[in-house]
Amino acid sequence: MTEKKKLSIALAGNPNSGKTTLFNRLTGARQHVGNYPGVTVEKKEGVFTYEDWEIKVTDLPGTYSLSAYSVEELVARDFIINERPDVVVDIVDASNLERNLYLSCQFLELGVPMVIALNMVDVAESRGIEIDADRLASLLGVEVVPIVARTGTGLDKLFQAIVRTAAASKTVHPVLLRYGSDLDEAIREMIPLIEKGNLLTDLYPARWIALKFLEHDEQILAKAQEQNPELSRQLLAICEQVTQHLQQTMEVYPESVIADHRYGYIKSILHQGVVREKFVGDRLYTSDRIDKVVTHRVLGPLIMAGILYGLYTFTFNFSTTLVDILADLFTLASHWVDMVLADGPLKSLIISGVIDGMGGVLGFVPIIMFMFFGIAVLEDSGYLARVAFMMDRIFHFFGLHGSSVMPFIVSGGIAGGCAVPGVMATRTLRSPKERMATLLTVPFMNCGAKLPVLTLLIGAFFSAHQARYMFLATLAAWIVALVAAKFLRMTVLRGESTPFVMELPPYRFPTIRGLVIHTWERTWQYVKKAGTVILGISILLWAMMTYPGLDAEQQKKFTDQRVRIEQQLHTLPDEAPAVAELQRALVAVHQQESEARLRNSLAGRIGTALESISGLAGFDWRTNIALVGGFAAKEVIISTLGTAYSLGEVDGDENTSLQERLQADPHWNPVVALSVLAFIMFYAPCFVTIVCIAREAGSWKWAFFSMGFNTLFAFLLSVAIYQIGMLLGLGG
Amino acid sequence: MKLRALHKGESGIITAVQIRGSLGHRLREMGFVPGTLVTVEGRAPLRDPVRLRMKGQVITLRKGEADHIEVQRGENDA
Repeated sequence: MTEKKKLSIALAGNPNSGKTTLFNRLTGARQHVGNYPGVTVEKKEGVFTYEDWEIKVTDLPGTYSLSAYSVEELVARDFIINERPDVVVDIVDASNLERNLYLSCQFLELGVPMVIALNMVDVAESRGIEIDADRLASLLGVEVVPIVARTGTGLDKLFQAIVRTAAASKTVHPVLLRYGSDLDEAIREMIPLIEKGNLLTDLYPARWIALKFLEHDEQILAKAQEQNPELSRQLLAICEQVTQHLQQTMEVYPESVIADHRYGYIKSILHQGVVREKFVGDRLYTSDRIDKVVTHRVLGPLIMAGILYGLYTFTFNFSTTLVDILADLFTLASHWVDMVLADGPLKSLIISGVIDGMGGVLGFVPIIMFMFFGIAVLEDSGYLARVAFMMDRIFHFFGLHGSSVMPFIVSGGIAGGCAVPGVMATRTLRSPKERMATLLTVPFMNCGAKLPVLTLLIGAFFSAHQARYMFLATLAAWIVALVAAKFLRMTVLRGESTPFVMELPPYRFPTIRGLVIHTWERTWQYVKKAGTVILGISILLWAMMTYPGLDAEQQKKFTDQRVRIEQQLHTLPDEAPAVAELQRALVAVHQQESEARLRNSLAGRIGTALESISGLAGFDWRTNIALVGGFAAKEVIISTLGTAYSLGEVDGDENTSLQERLQADPHWNPVVALSVLAFIMFYAPCFVTIVCIAREAGSWKWAFFSMGFNTLFAFLLSVAIYQIGMLLGLGG
Repeated sequence: MKLRALHKGESGIITAVQIRGSLGHRLREMGFVPGTLVTVEGRAPLRDPVRLRMKGQVITLRKGEADHIEVQRGENDA
């Protein structure tokens, strides 16, 4: 076997140009998803072979240009400059040629070896647009290959063009665009200075640098100033002069003149017989017809509510079967370990730490799978952009973006979601500040794990108005989340809102291949990246709830009690009436021992130590321990409360004993219950969510911020509820 | 006149985009440059953002963002 020749290509193009479809088609399942260093932009890579070539593909983020205004554009630009792929494959949507060529133009100016993949020629044709690819190629000076990425049509020709372009030449001359006499003159003046000073010329063409100075590109300016401050000042002075001149004569800025001329250049090319419209007129495209209904004033929101509700039901109902199967498997494993191993710390570690921890990690997998499948359908079909369009008015008011709606719904906007896929779903947002604000506020929603806890407390203290309280809880979650988002956007995340200038892409049928790859990617990332951390923390939490355990003296007390009862039992015949009572006493001893153990554990000590502060909100040490446990998973609050009240194992489903116990406890009353309810709804997200926030935000700083901010907020709210409630004498 | 003043179904030719910075950049890269024909297709259910047709694509933008775009009312048949 001969060694394959290696080639590296980068896929570039506008969002919605079919770039990802092409990438998936080229690499199939052999792709690797990571992040670009230091940013949360995804980096997808893959390898495929063509004849005797082994071709490495990098899927660059979809962008409309190569400016320094967004992380995506910077990442794409830096990749091309620093990694120097052999060929840049620019995917151009044939049905939206003019705007797509705007990016191509900038590649031409950068002077990189490139091939244009003219995608979706079938769609263009169905709209009556015929494109002369050869003519376009000769006018632009690069190869243009018509393809249909969805079906794979034309890919062979594309590969040939790529190989030809890679072989042709390593030095591609940048295309010279004209920008009108004023700017051209300034550029002519700047180029010799840049060349003489060797200002960044090892990386970029001199003319391109001049252009970026005129466009006031922050990255290039910073780099230039670092390398040669004196020359940079000189160049900026030229820019300043021409800017003033343009302002005085035409009231325009250089960057708008540049954009005008780029579009002018594109137009002049398209008018030279490249595009032929076979039928024209104001024919309504299918997409527009769908939009007339789907974004209709009245029908639009109704249809949206239906679709979002459908997605929600699909995710959380269908995934339960799988979740249950997984849970059963883990229970089985626990039973097996229980039988095989002798009682002791190792057994406890394996059952409560490892198996429960793994269960905790994998329990989310079906939900994530279903959720992302659903979101991928909505995203790939183009509907998600419409949802953002319809919801933006509301979300923008709170400093968010129309696209924030999806993460909110998923996290429990309709009670019973889950913040883990919710946090992961913020990836559809492309505006950094809005995305961060969404990321940090979705955990305020009432996820499925909080519900049994809320149900328990509402059932115990407000059973007369159960439905009303549940509805109020959902409403409160929305209000708190949105107001918190507004607060964050006015403080730590303050800044201008990202423009809503966005494309409503034509509706398309999602490809199965795309959906499967997308779903698989997300799920695998969760298991791989989050899973290990979650397992680790799970073991840590188990240790906190278990150690240091009882000291010898306390242990002896319980053992003695047990031995005494057991001896009594032995002396009695099985049918004796006292047997049942003694057995109950034995269970009670066991439960008291569990309670003592819990209270003596690290978590218990923290809970007890915090009693002096938490008393302000009406929480005693038992509630505190339960809340510490709730950091592992919110449903753990119930079982921990059960242990703390010496009730032994308490299940979410059969918690009547706990309800009665709480009702009877003199420490509890409706005000305390309300205060605890509020705290549970809004305090620190469970650590699985925290791990996901750290992953999505790109730093642990935000994860810790989320824990602190939410807990502080929840605590202040609870204190207010408790103090005011008690003052008004509502505590009964 | 400002783009915001166009009613649903009306068209206009862009005469100027008077904004710098990231919004200006965003508008220009999407094709809001002088000489371009835009048609207002509709509004979101809550009246904002607006849906436009331009250069064969459908673009949305908020009313506040549309204020930076000057247009000249054009023929309705485009």
